[in-house]
Amino acid sequence: MRFDTGRRRVTNAIELTGITKRFPGVVANDNVNLTVEAGEIHAICGENGAGKSTLMKILYGMQEADEGTMKVNGEVVKLSSPSDAIELGIGMVHQHFMLADNLTVLENVILGSEPTKAGGRIDFAAAREHFEEVAGAYGLTIDPDEPVEHLEVGERQRVEIIKVLYRGASILILDEPTAVLVPQEVEALFRNMRELKAGGATILFIDHKLEEVLEIADSITVLRHGRTVATVKPGDVTTGDLAELMVGSELPKPDTSDSTVTDVTALAVKDLVVLDDERPVVKDVTFAVHEGEIVGIAGVEGNGQNELVDAIIGTAEISSGSITLVDEVITKWSVRDRRDAGIGYVPQDRHREGLLLRAPLWENTILGHQTKRPFSSGPWIDRAGSRARTEEIRTDFDVRSPNVEVAALALSGGNQQKLIIGREMSADPKVLVASHPTRGIDVGAQAAVWADIREARANGLATILISADLDELIGLSDTILVMFSGEIVAVLDPATITPRDLGAYMTGAGSHT
Amino acid sequence: MSLATDNANLEGRATVAPVEDEATGLLARWRSLPTWLRWMVFAAIASFVLAAVQTFGTGETDRLTAATASQTMLRWCVPILLAGLGGLFAERAGVVNIGLEGMMILGTWFGAWGAFNWGPWWGLVAGLVGGALGGLLHAIATVGFGVDHIISGVAINILAPGMTRYLAGEVFDDYEGGSITQSPLVEDVGDFTMPVLAGGDIGSWESPDVLGSIMNRDWFFVSDFAGLTRGLMTQLSWFTIIALLLVPLTAYIIWRTRFGLRLRISGEEPSAGESLGVNIYRHKYAGVIISGALAGMAGAFIVIELTGIYREGQTNGRGFIGMAALIFGNWRPGGILGGAMLFAYPLGISLRDISEESAATHALLLVVAIVLFAVMVWSIVRGKKIDAVISGVLAAATAFWYFATDSVPTWLPNNMPYVFVLLVLIFNSQRLRMPRALGLPYRRGGQ
Amino acid sequence: MTGLLRRTVLTVGAPLLAAVFALGLASIVLLISGSNPIEGFGDMLRNGRELETIIDTVNRATPFYISAVAAAIGFRMNLFNIGVEGQYLLAAFFAAAAGGAVDLPPVLHVGLIFVVATSVGAFWSGLAGVLKVTRGVNEVISTIMLNFIALGGLIAWLSRVWVDDVQATNSGTKIIPESGRMPSLNSIVEIFTREIGKGRRLTGVFVVALVIGLLYHVIVNRTRFGFDLRASGSNPFAARAGGVPPRRMIVMAMLLSGATAGMVGMVQVVSDRFKYDQSFIQGLGFAGIAVALLGRNHPGGMMVGALLFGFLDASSGILQLSGSAPREIVVIIQGVILLAAVVAYEVVSRIRDREEARLAAEALAKKQIEVSA
Repeated sequence: MRFDTGRRRVTNAIELTGITKRFPGVVANDNVNLTVEAGEIHAICGENGAGKSTLMKILYGMQEADEGTMKVNGEVVKLSSPSDAIELGIGMVHQHFMLADNLTVLENVILGSEPTKAGGRIDFAAAREHFEEVAGAYGLTIDPDEPVEHLEVGERQRVEIIKVLYRGASILILDEPTAVLVPQEVEALFRNMRELKAGGATILFIDHKLEEVLEIADSITVLRHGRTVATVKPGDVTTGDLAELMVGSELPKPDTSDSTVTDVTALAVKDLVVLDDERPVVKDVTFAVHEGEIVGIAGVEGNGQNELVDAIIGTAEISSGSITLVDEVITKWSVRDRRDAGIGYVPQDRHREGLLLRAPLWENTILGHQTKRPFSSGPWIDRAGSRARTEEIRTDFDVRSPNVEVAALALSGGNQQKLIIGREMSADPKVLVASHPTRGIDVGAQAAVWADIREARANGLATILISADLDELIGLSDTILVMFSGEIVAVLDPATITPRDLGAYMTGAGSHT
Repeated sequence: MSLATDNANLEGRATVAPVEDEATGLLARWRSLPTWLRWMVFAAIASFVLAAVQTFGTGETDRLTAATASQTMLRWCVPILLAGLGGLFAERAGVVNIGLEGMMILGTWFGAWGAFNWGPWWGLVAGLVGGALGGLLHAIATVGFGVDHIISGVAINILAPGMTRYLAGEVFDDYEGGSITQSPLVEDVGDFTMPVLAGGDIGSWESPDVLGSIMNRDWFFVSDFAGLTRGLMTQLSWFTIIALLLVPLTAYIIWRTRFGLRLRISGEEPSAGESLGVNIYRHKYAGVIISGALAGMAGAFIVIELTGIYREGQTNGRGFIGMAALIFGNWRPGGILGGAMLFAYPLGISLRDISEESAATHALLLVVAIVLFAVMVWSIVRGKKIDAVISGVLAAATAFWYFATDSVPTWLPNNMPYVFVLLVLIFNSQRLRMPRALGLPYRRGGQ
Repeated sequence: MTGLLRRTVLTVGAPLLAAVFALGLASIVLLISGSNPIEGFGDMLRNGRELETIIDTVNRATPFYISAVAAAIGFRMNLFNIGVEGQYLLAAFFAAAAGGAVDLPPVLHVGLIFVVATSVGAFWSGLAGVLKVTRGVNEVISTIMLNFIALGGLIAWLSRVWVDDVQATNSGTKIIPESGRMPSLNSIVEIFTREIGKGRRLTGVFVVALVIGLLYHVIVNRTRFGFDLRASGSNPFAARAGGVPPRRMIVMAMLLSGATAGMVGMVQVVSDRFKYDQSFIQGLGFAGIAVALLGRNHPGGMMVGALLFGFLDASSGILQLSGSAPREIVVIIQGVILLAAVVAYEVVSRIRDREEARLAAEALAKKQIEVSA
């Protein structure tokens, strides 16, 4: 399927001028200008919170700009909903896949553009035909009748791409497409992108991994604090230059320093098995964390890391095996007992497992520590004590908020995370389980979190770090374990491993160590 | 808030899609049979058990498999079925509708009012409209304003009886034979009896009653099965037929039409639908209003077909039983029908039973004990120990109750449906597939 | 507008708006049915100022309030205990039967009645709680089923067994003797006002209700258990990760809720009719749910809501007498207030969330300017 590029060769595919979008308390896009040439691959870079997602949502009609004009293929347009965008040939592949698990691939793809016969009846035959046409043209092999819940990450992304092509999109927007892929899969994606470009498509994609951007893009626009900072060609810049444009300075790197690892075991996991509906999702996992050590766990999402975390925290049932904290076997202990014994927890989804959003900050710091001073004494909650401790955390961990009475939802993601880290650290834990601790927060907060973790490690804290950010893993960990299909398939030394090799182990390609 | 198995949420996991268990040979072959055939087998087994208990049990009754049993069951299952289908439309769109009971109550009043003034068919329409109005209210509160689904439903359940009482006071009071708590009598629509098989008339020719004659032969099991089947075809009200036709119609709408697909995405992953240009609000509204209309229809049916009169407090929790049928049926129309029939069956045998010292209900105890015993065996096979213990204990207790007494207390027959619901929910260990975004608030453009 | 003023407006504004809306709707309905709304409301207000009506209002409000607290305990944990209705009726039945069957010294006698009531209520509610945590049975459906089984089943059955006089049309449990009755508060009230006429007696259970409300406030807002309760209701996942045992909390909440529900019928049992019979007032469970929703589960708010509903109930009689409006209008007003309030709360809640975020961001920006200045 080739895209009709007719007159589009001479006009720009997209032209945004003076786009401004405000939300309560923040200006997400401030006078943004963007020009995308027809048939090019254009990258948008910026750190979390720079306004990239908002801009893309405006482009796709999911949000409306407060000011500014948008031109598509040379004509001024006003998009009020995704259907308008679709009609203009714009298609969006979201970072968080917009797929309904309980529906089939075909149903997900045709939704909103279903071919119908009389009376509203869906013409499945026609739908299937068109689907095969589109999928076949780019070698995207997926069974249309498969329920989406059975697909893995790479396949789901392919469905998202088919969704977009099915509607005849010629301008594709990809929102952080490589965030969930390992290096090998990224290469496959880039191949697809080049093929689409050769067919005349225009591709706009968001990415904050600078090497990738330099590799694939024809043109790069950098956003910072909601404004366009620069538009450059990859040949003219280095990653350092780009980083500087993005944050105004060098991107902080989590670097290795002197080892603080002791030989005192803080947490030992032995032959751990966790079942999910009789299916083992954690299989005979054995490892130990020592005082002053950070053990990093790498793995593609869905290979058992979350269940392992749940098992250590106590929210998942352990089928067999044991967990020992210092010298006590805690396998059967309740969550509360484990927390009281000194296991700290930074959850991967702070909104879901970390915070009580509508409650004030000082109540949020009680969570997980309600049995101890200064938060409670006897059966009573010590409000004064909680407030005082929260003030300390606010200062010590640089949580930006006017006071400790505001609700947690009023804070930005980065500050929420700092609060959680502060809460856990100031309880003086023996073991910290940190799951994706810097996901979705701005660079400044990320650096602060890394610094806190490193400082605590120097003071003897044992940390289990789960992360999808390979740089973070390599930079912070003393040892890296790779989980694949519920098992530990590799024990690696961060000093000698590259993201590439790590990716190989994560996808099961590496050999067992 | 998940409406049935909350355990998954307690465990801290998102509702995980059930894994296809490695089915054993027998199970796999059973699953491959077409649905209608599986239902036939179930019906046959059920009839067999009923027949066996009836014939070999200690009591004296032939009520369990009489044609009247299934006939009455069918009549009484309609309100539950309609409520369940109503729940289906709302929940497939992602909205929990606890207010079905209130909408049913509205349906009873409107149905009586319409039927009294313009005849039973218009009564049905009026009931439908009345229920739909309730649905609209619920939709505005939940979809429009984001009120918690259950709170809004509870509020409607509190508002509805008050409204109907007021309306009855205003309107029925003026009618002859009416008062604030009841309306004058209304007539029902005609009924239909299947010719040949059940002796219905074709024109003025009275056709032979094939099943009836088999039934009267007193052949073990065969006669019983014939009796039950005949009951399903005798004196079927046209309303009942319409209600039954709604089952395949619902399935068709939900899975084969564009509206249905978009409705489903509203309940599964609304943001996905929104990103493709689907108007999620509109479909949620539609789902909830339809659910109200169906609940209203159920209310109208109660008044027009079952009792012939509007009276306060007629719904008796059938809206909620309908929700239980929805869960039992795993959000599929066929399953809802099965659940509705299951819950209505005890009413089917008990309504004319009281004079006989509820011998039939007494016999039903043994049936329940046998079923519980089967559940226990099945649990043991599947290795589910707790299930096995619970069902075993209950089976023993029920069996003991049966053998130790000759009759059951008079309040039991009427309360059997509620007990059935509890039992079904307790043992509902099947893999439930509720819509993924059920109960979650939705706002356009994300949070 | 200053922050405090704004916050007050937002808090009070919602129920006020709801009340105005409901009154407006009620007026329309009255007009349609040929009554004069101004007359109707005027009658209600005039009548409301009389001491006897106030006593009546408080008497009616007392069970509403207790019922609301029972429901609220569940609501705080996102548990919908719709079974308050069945729980209080069952509890009242058993308590009345027990009270009528024994003869103890006064305080002990009343105490026994209360203990039976709370125990039965807790048990019936606990059943649903246990079903939920062990079998995943949704508590909305199970409590409603248990309601029906309680009223239509157990009470109907036991009534035959335990009643005083089976033949009578209004058979009930044995009358509770003097020692099991709660004295009225009239003498205390009359210290401050004139003598109370029309045979009205302010129920002593009023004091019990106040105690229950106080306990509710203290336990939910000041204790560790209360924190766990609120956390579970607000975010069960975070609560779980924070060590709160989910299953135990659910069962405890249902038990407490049921125990409180058990006390709802006490006004009738120990200070009004002194037995359980066919004319025992039903519907208090649902009214309590409405009051809890109206009062947003807040001890003070629920008190206001209970008094409001109590007043409306007490006034329905005067409407009938004066002929200015049908008494059913009261039920409609209550229902509409509830629905309107619930919607208004949601709207206000969202506005408040947005405001919080905005104010926080503003305050932060101000601070940063200060710092850099």
